Amino acid sequence: MAPAPSSTSSAVTLNINGEKHRLTVDHRTTLLDALRERLDLTGTKKGCDQGQCGACTVLVDGRRAVSCLNLAVAAEGREITTIEGMAEGDRLHPVQQAFLDLDGYQCGYCTPGQICSAIAVIEEHAAGWPSAATDDVRPEAGPPPLTPDEIRERMSGNLCRCGAYVSIVQAVTRAAEAHEASAGDEGTPAETVKGAAA
Amino acid sequence: MREFGYQRADDVSGAVALLAADPDARFLGGGTNLVDLMKTGVERPARLVDVRELPLDTVEATVDGGLRIGATVTNSDLAAHPDVRRRYPALTQAVLAGASGQLRNMATVGGNLLQRTRCGYFTDLSRPCNKRAPGSGCSAVTGEHHNHAILGATDHCVATHPSDMGVALAAFDAVVTYETLDGPGELPLADFYLPVGDTPHRETALPSGALITGVTLPPAPVAARSRYRKVRERASYAFAIGSVAAALDIEDGVVREARLAFGAVASRPWRAHAAEAVLTGAPADGDTFAAAADAELAAARPLPDNGYKVTLMRNLAVAVLTELAEEAAR
Repeated sequence: MAPAPSSTSSAVTLNINGEKHRLTVDHRTTLLDALRERLDLTGTKKGCDQGQCGACTVLVDGRRAVSCLNLAVAAEGREITTIEGMAEGDRLHPVQQAFLDLDGYQCGYCTPGQICSAIAVIEEHAAGWPSAATDDVRPEAGPPPLTPDEIRERMSGNLCRCGAYVSIVQAVTRAAEAHEASAGDEGTPAETVKGAAA
Repeated sequence: MREFGYQRADDVSGAVALLAADPDARFLGGGTNLVDLMKTGVERPARLVDVRELPLDTVEATVDGGLRIGATVTNSDLAAHPDVRRRYPALTQAVLAGASGQLRNMATVGGNLLQRTRCGYFTDLSRPCNKRAPGSGCSAVTGEHHNHAILGATDHCVATHPSDMGVALAAFDAVVTYETLDGPGELPLADFYLPVGDTPHRETALPSGALITGVTLPPAPVAARSRYRKVRERASYAFAIGSVAAALDIEDGVVREARLAFGAVASRPWRAHAAEAVLTGAPADGDTFAAAADAELAAARPLPDNGYKVTLMRNLAVAVLTELAEEAAR
């Protein structure tokens, strides 16, 4: 039996930075291309377009993901946060501010992806996730301190061809310390990563 | 990229039925490998059946002390799960050694098992490749093969399986469960990947149209003391050139039980049964560990440019087993 003909485009509603966008997408459209070419959200950058450089990193349901390997049609129903959605009005996100203050970039092309990734790294660490740099991954060992080695490992999915890594690690360190201090002030659990099981 | 239809499946039986309706359809999980292969034209599905929202996203303890891992559990959630970290730490380490934080948030357990080789000829449509175009020849045997297989390969294909997770699953006797139109089934991971032979394009023993629903880990007290170590050409975010998953149970200086599996050396995660036979009942010392590694690697058939892997794997296995023995002695 021949398969029923199948449409190659769909009308979707994408929830981006808290706003709903209705558009019809060819199924081949990646989330990255939908953001940049259809919705004029050009803060998210296209680097390799094959999941290897991290320039297109966004948050999907609060978790970092590469938008070049996400299909726009498959992103319907998910909450997408791009670099444009990180600041609160004129007040930069603390990670954005730390990158500015510590020169966590040179040309700036990878920076939106670096910042989106770093925001998620800080949440993942606060939720107790171990990394490949963590010596003892057993839960009894407790959460690892966010050392420069931990940051380098956790940020390894974001390449910077200018080689601004030294400043990037410093910026993530400062932002993570501020995050930890504010979490302590509020006396709230740090676990904000969606569904974190740690 | 070829145009394709897209449907999101709500339940397992619906997903299997949707796939069966179109012989050119593929399941879409995290998409980290499939979407990439579609961009390069290696994969040209007419339809994608999105299975990422199926209710298969939990890790649960089984009554006998094992774990049942759903197929759509992401790599991140698997690695962070307290029971995995406590009872199978090498599995957490293996998952965390693979890809990047972004990709681990997207990738699923089922997709991880079915990911394709990263052999450069497989993705280069201008070159012969028996895995991509059966009968066209293997470019790697006489070409670039410094990171290709040393165990179980044939002249038809010398590609390696790229999974880190699979190496730990192989060490811990994982069983893959699946669903077909005719009902559920299961395959031990040992039987899941087919021998290369002269049909390298046939990679798994999954029945046609089957959907992986999960992976079951039987109870393995030995796994509580386990490690995964990966060697690669840069410090992070790269595929292995060799890796080892190992677990040791030592009593009075003697190995009571051992698990050992190698990665990046064969077309599948390579369970080192010959090495385990040498280890079991022998003194837990360097001589035993070296003899065990040698026993496994006696079958190695390196190519002109990947002979270093035999030495690498020997040293890596000895190092990881030594670390485990030192940990046990503390």
